[in-house]
Parts: sequence; C-alpha cells; structure tokens
Amino acid sequence: MRPLATALGLVAAWEALVWFTGLPPYILPPPSRVAVVLAERFDLLLEQAVWTASEMLLGLALGLVLGATLAVIFAASAAWRRWALPLVIVSQAIPVIAIAPLLVLWLGYGMASKVAMAALIIFFPVVSSLYDGLRRTDPGWLELAHTMNAPPRAVLLQIRLPAALPAFASGVRIAAAVAPIGAVIGEWVGASAGLGFLMTQSLARGQTPLAFAALTILCLLGLALYTAADRLARRLVPWQSHQGD
Amino acid sequence: MRSAHIVLDGHVVAEDLSLDFAGGRTTCLLGRSGVGKTSLLRHLAGLLPGTESAGPVAYMAQRDLLLPWLSVLDNVLLGYRLRRNRAEHRAAEPRARALLAEVGLGDRLQDLPHTLSGGMRQRAALARTLCEDRRIVLMDEPFGHLDAVTRLDLQDLAAHLLEGRTVVMVTHDPLEALRLGHEIRVLSGRPFTVGPVIAPPGAVPRDPGDAALLALQARLIGELRRQA
Repeated sequence: MRPLATALGLVAAWEALVWFTGLPPYILPPPSRVAVVLAERFDLLLEQAVWTASEMLLGLALGLVLGATLAVIFAASAAWRRWALPLVIVSQAIPVIAIAPLLVLWLGYGMASKVAMAALIIFFPVVSSLYDGLRRTDPGWLELAHTMNAPPRAVLLQIRLPAALPAFASGVRIAAAVAPIGAVIGEWVGASAGLGFLMTQSLARGQTPLAFAALTILCLLGLALYTAADRLARRLVPWQSHQGD
Repeated sequence: MRSAHIVLDGHVVAEDLSLDFAGGRTTCLLGRSGVGKTSLLRHLAGLLPGTESAGPVAYMAQRDLLLPWLSVLDNVLLGYRLRRNRAEHRAAEPRARALLAEVGLGDRLQDLPHTLSGGMRQRAALARTLCEDRRIVLMDEPFGHLDAVTRLDLQDLAAHLLEGRTVVMVTHDPLEALRLGHEIRVLSGRPFTVGPVIAPPGAVPRDPGDAALLALQARLIGELRRQA
C-alpha cells in the first residue's frame, strides 16, 4: 500500500503545481480536470481502449508463438542455428520503431500493422529468453536421460523445454511490458482508432485533458497486462521459487 | 572393463585400467576426493566423451536430479516416459508404486519434489534408479550430503533393494563402503591405480558398531591418509 500512497502524493503535488503556477490546461491539465474528462468521455475512451487492448493481446500472442517456435527450432537444429541465428541477433540492431511507417504502408491503417508492430517488438526478448533457457539445461538431467537411452526428441520436449520455462517466463514478463509500446507507436504513426490515435488527435486539437485521460487508461492497460503475464508466468513454474534449496 | 584410458580435460586420470566387477554383488570404490572415482563411474556409464556404456545401466548421481515439474511417481517412471513405450510404461507403474512404498514414499506419489526433504528426495531417486530395472547399477556417492543418521537409514534400504544386482558404488566414506560393499577396492595415485579386493566378512548391510568392521575402517582410513 505504500507505493499507492507515494502515487497519491505525486498526484497531489501535480495538482498543487498547476494551481500555483497557473499553467493553462492545454499545456498541463490538473489531475482533477483529467478525472472529469475521464468520467465525461468514458464511452469514447472505453471504445478506444478495447481496440488498443486487442492490438496488444493479438501482438503478444503472435510474438509469443513465433518467438517460442523459433527458439525451439534453434535448440533442435544445428543448421538453423548456423544459418539463421546470427541474423536474428543482428536484426536487433534495426530500431523496430523506425520501420513502423513501413508497416503502416504495407498493412494499412487498421489493426494489422499495430499487431505486427507489437509482435516484432516482443519477438526478440521471447526468442532469446527461451533459447537461452533451452541451452542451459542442467547437465545432470541430460546425463540421466542419456543413461536411460532417451531419444533426443523426448529429451527436448520432456526435459529441456520444461526446464526452460522459468527463463521463458521472464521473457513473457518483458514481452507484456513492451507490447503496449509497439501498439501505441503503431497508432501514432498512422491509425483510425485506439488510445494512441486518440492522443495524437486530441493533442492536435488542443484537447490536452483528453490526451491525459487516454494516457491514464493506457497506463492501467499496461499495468493489467503485466500483472496478468506475471500471474501466468508464476503458474507456469510453480517450483521456481523453491529451486536451489 | 578392459584396458580403459580415462582422460578428463586433457589430464590422464587412469591408464590401461582393467577391472572385474563381481556379478550380482556390490563393489565399493573408495578414494579421496579428486582421485578420479567419478570419472571412472562416468566412464562405465558411457558419459565421458568417446565412451559407451558396457550395456544397459542405471545411474544414480550425487544429486537426486528429480525433475521439479514432475510428481514423485512420474519422476520414478522417468525412463519409461522418455522412451515413450506405452506398454512398458503401463507395466512399470505398479512396480514404481511398490518401490515408492518400500522407500517410505507411498503416500507422496503425486507430490512435487520441492515439497520433500533431502532424505526423501534421495529415496525417490533410489526408487527411480531401481525402477529402471537394469542388472548393472552405478552409484556416485548417492548419500554423500545427507545427515549421518539419514545416511545410515538409506544405506540399509539400498542394501536391501539392490540385492542381486551388480552394483558399482563410488564413495569417499570408508564406513559406507564397509557397510554396503561385498567387495571394496581403494583407488589411489595419479593416474590412479586400483588396489586389491578387500572382502569384509558378514552380510550387507553390516552393523556400523561391529568391532571387526571398525578395525577395518581404521585400516582403510590409514591407507587413505598415507596417500596425501
């Protein structure tokens, strides 16, 4: 509850700052004003929030599936590792944000370009976390499997993959934290709906309080997504907190 | 084992080593830390690069190596799960349950390993090793990090359950070797050589308070100390 008290203190300080400096609301609206707009335009905000949340979730799902698949392929096949792994690592040098306009050009103003953006941005943390986990299996387990004459496929699926779940879980947490960035940047570049779109629109029209209201919802969405991912990650590895004792 | 060369990280651990292990009996290989006991056992298990196991073996390492996401029962059946032979898996399940009952874990079948104590985990690992039902069992200081009393209990249990199998057990504990080994051989030197067969009298597991056993223990400790 202490972080909540800190947050409330900061909001109060913000309100006081606007009050004493007399800044106009189109530069910095006070929290009280943002709250009023939040209540008045709730229907609009909710509609846009559902849109953005869908983009985030679809992007997250797509990125997780693609990333996890590629990580497993890399772990299973030396040829793939040799031919494609360096490419995946080098691709990180390209700022994903810089190709957002291209994605909008190719996939249009609709949801697809934002989903692709979110998927692209989480792809790397997912691949690298799971692949790392797959490579760092306890050698004792692998030796045990070897003395049991286990086929390589069974070792991958029944030992290396579950053993990599803790590492994958941290990848999922990071992915949940950055997926909103992908969706919102996609909306800034070019969109016809969503919270990011609403922000750019209202800022352009001097409706700064509405932009702040959209931002507030966006923060709550990100927080909810992260919390959900964290819960899921914990459920995925119930033994993790007990490891090493 | 015939004319084995064991090399670890470029160091020769043993050269031209030939060893016979008595069938259906327990041989304890006794030596100080770092002499190469584990390498010898890993050589026998086919775990060193370029080696192959002498045949189907069951291997029990120093750590229990239970998989944290599998129940105790599934851990014991791990070999059958990995080999994906449904018929064998089904056939082995009653045996796994019986073994777990014998090691005192009959009421913990569905629990995850992290809920068990260290002694219980090692007992589960023992059950897994026996469930593989191989004639040759290789054990690497299986009770090394248990407290003294738990270790004695587990030695009794192991001696009873391993009866009739060809067991090669590596240990640095003279008392453990004397309690469990039909035959004991001392490893010494660098590269190491294997001493003559010592066959203590009496059936295993031997009483740790027995006078003859304690005298032999003093002799073995003296022998190990001279190798410093």
